[in-house]
Amino acid sequence: MENSLLAPGHRACAGCAMPTTIRLVLDAAGPNTIVVSPTGCLEVTTTPFPESSWCVPWIHSLFENASAVASGVEVMLKRRKQDTNVVIIGGDGSTFDIGMGCNSGMFERGHKILYVCYDNEAYMNTGVQRSGSTPFCAQTTTTPPGSKSKGNPRPKKDMPAIALAHKVPYVATASVAYPVDLRRKVKAALQVDGPSYIQVNAPCITGWTFDAGTMIELSRLAVETGLWPLAEWVNGELAGVKKIRRPKPVTDYLEIQGRYKHLFKKNDCGDQLAKIQAIADANKAKYKLVD
Amino acid sequence: MDIKAGRLVDPCSTRLTKTGAWRTFVPVFDHDKCIKCSLCEIYCPEGCIHQVDGLFVPDLDYCKGCSVCAHECPRMAISMVLEEK
Amino acid sequence: MSQINTANMKVVEGSYAVAHAVMCCKPDVISAYPITPQTHIVEHLSQMVANGELDSEFLTVDSEFSALSVLVGASAMGARSYSSTTSQGLALMYEVLYNVSGMRMPVVMNVANRAMGAPLNIWNDQQDAVGARDVGWLQIYVEDVQEAVDATLQAYKIAEDPQIRMPIMVCMDGFVLTHVYEPVELLDKELASQYLPAFQPEKILDPNHPMTFGAFADPSTYTEFRYQQFDAQLKSMAKIEKAAKEFEEIFGRHYGGLVDSYFADDAEVVIVTMGSVIGTIKDAIDAMRKEGKKVGLVKVRSYRPFPVQALRQALKGASVIAVIEKDVSIGAEAGLVTDLKSAFYNSKIRTPVIGFAAGLGGRDITIKDIRKIVDKAEAARKGIESEFEFLDLRTEIL
Repeated sequence: MENSLLAPGHRACAGCAMPTTIRLVLDAAGPNTIVVSPTGCLEVTTTPFPESSWCVPWIHSLFENASAVASGVEVMLKRRKQDTNVVIIGGDGSTFDIGMGCNSGMFERGHKILYVCYDNEAYMNTGVQRSGSTPFCAQTTTTPPGSKSKGNPRPKKDMPAIALAHKVPYVATASVAYPVDLRRKVKAALQVDGPSYIQVNAPCITGWTFDAGTMIELSRLAVETGLWPLAEWVNGELAGVKKIRRPKPVTDYLEIQGRYKHLFKKNDCGDQLAKIQAIADANKAKYKLVD
Repeated sequence: MDIKAGRLVDPCSTRLTKTGAWRTFVPVFDHDKCIKCSLCEIYCPEGCIHQVDGLFVPDLDYCKGCSVCAHECPRMAISMVLEEK
Repeated sequence: MSQINTANMKVVEGSYAVAHAVMCCKPDVISAYPITPQTHIVEHLSQMVANGELDSEFLTVDSEFSALSVLVGASAMGARSYSSTTSQGLALMYEVLYNVSGMRMPVVMNVANRAMGAPLNIWNDQQDAVGARDVGWLQIYVEDVQEAVDATLQAYKIAEDPQIRMPIMVCMDGFVLTHVYEPVELLDKELASQYLPAFQPEKILDPNHPMTFGAFADPSTYTEFRYQQFDAQLKSMAKIEKAAKEFEEIFGRHYGGLVDSYFADDAEVVIVTMGSVIGTIKDAIDAMRKEGKKVGLVKVRSYRPFPVQALRQALKGASVIAVIEKDVSIGAEAGLVTDLKSAFYNSKIRTPVIGFAAGLGGRDITIKDIRKIVDKAEAARKGIESEFEFLDLRTEIL
């Protein structure tokens, strides 16, 4: 990886999963790639003028328009008969929420674009506010626990299902803790003649609050508890899942994150923990994660 | 710095900023224990661990001391040591 | 103003004439979203693409916001890019407008000027574009379909100039110019190519030269980026004049560059305005001149950049100035009159200036209205009673 396409010197927090995710994506995509990114941590930490961490052509325009910008890039590549990958890399706020209109348009028009969402489950760049991706009960600065709140009251939006509803031919979930799996999925997505979507679990040290060194372990636990199934869909059909060899209780994952600590302090949060375990169990059943 | 140059930025140029200055703890590698699985290199958020003469070495110009490498090393060959500066 | 060769004229819809002009500019990418009264322009363009007359990538997108965002990507790839919108669509683009100019992308867009809601109103005024005067785009306002055609071609020449690299709105009054059928000389494709060479972008998104576009700027450089845009707009004034002159050399038509005038040299009362109302004003001036009234007109063709020196020069002989505009800055008069007064403040010109918000939401401005304004202007020479007013305000329904 000495020839990494993301240079060091970026300003991401120590222990951030986002730069590792980008490097894995770029490793698989190679230098013949144009990256489009929305506003967010990725953009501010990798492109502080007059510096850039990007060793591939890269463009940022706005928070909610990466899919439209990438569409303009892609039609020009087609016009010039140039065989170059177009990859969007953006966080969950732009992907699940504010960029949804542009994302829907790009998926529906069928551009040959890989959309990678590094999903850290809240608006981290602005200081950890709830997004449509924030999971049930997680604490954010806009879903704080209190006498009338147990954190985020809603489950996470099912973005892969939204992509599938657009008949996106390749959709997958991945995790920064599973680099071989992630790189393989990126390569598979780039083979598709049309849009593709990969949603990568990418812990945020600032928003989730954990010991920096446990970043990868945390993402692995999300998978091993069943809260983050690793799956891929080809032409709308579930084509593969990563089996969990030794399933772990969700509390193993929750208790090492500050965003869930209220669930362990308050006596009346047992129901919440049971409900989160039920989400994991439902995933295990739906995707047959455990043999 | 010349902002007239098309308002664009040269590639790979954050190398100019040595984020190693952020570090409190420094990873120390025990090369005898290393099995060359390269997980430290793969997971490093800075992308600053590389093989030099067959040994995995962190580039301390950029290492922020996050300790992901130490935590993920299957042989516990990396320890985090408080850095005297 | 313009000299038209009637032999080559065809009676066509304004939107078709503009679409034909866009075709002659050979854009690589067209991206647009339907909105009245702009839609006919892009309908005609999509038909041209469908017929193989125009080799462009035509994207039917999910919103005006996406329409302009697509052009950010296309432009970064070195595309000559085109869109067209109006009113609510322009407002939805607002964030991207700043982005396109900040990234110095020479996009050209026809704005079919229309009122802003609420209340919803699809008819013509210029609130949409005047309200976006600070976004960094050049704004050219045209008086008739022929000028809309010609200004569209000129716009690419100005926008793509290596010293400018700024986006341009060619503003044409919605319905009044987009839907009217009138005799127009359509552009000759070969002459258009002779006038407008292929776009030569400086840098593009290219894996062989992987540059970063759209980096984040902190307080140490942000001011300088803004200054560069400001400076490019000031420099564009000479380019607008040059583009008009070179156009005249090839096509024989001229509408002024930054400003134009009609019987303004010896006029005592001078009307200052933009857009299609100029036709009515010229008729009114012709009639009043026959009666011996010294009335003239100064047309603001370039609203951004705002041609301060050209306006001082064109208006230095006036005894009184009446500004007629189809917009209002709610709480502070309106765009053109405020800018004009500001242009005079540090000059020797001490001519009284009165402003009229007129034609809002599509209300007709008649010759009778122009006469009324001229009467009010003449009265203002003796002392201004009302600096700014809504023309023809129906006080009985207030």
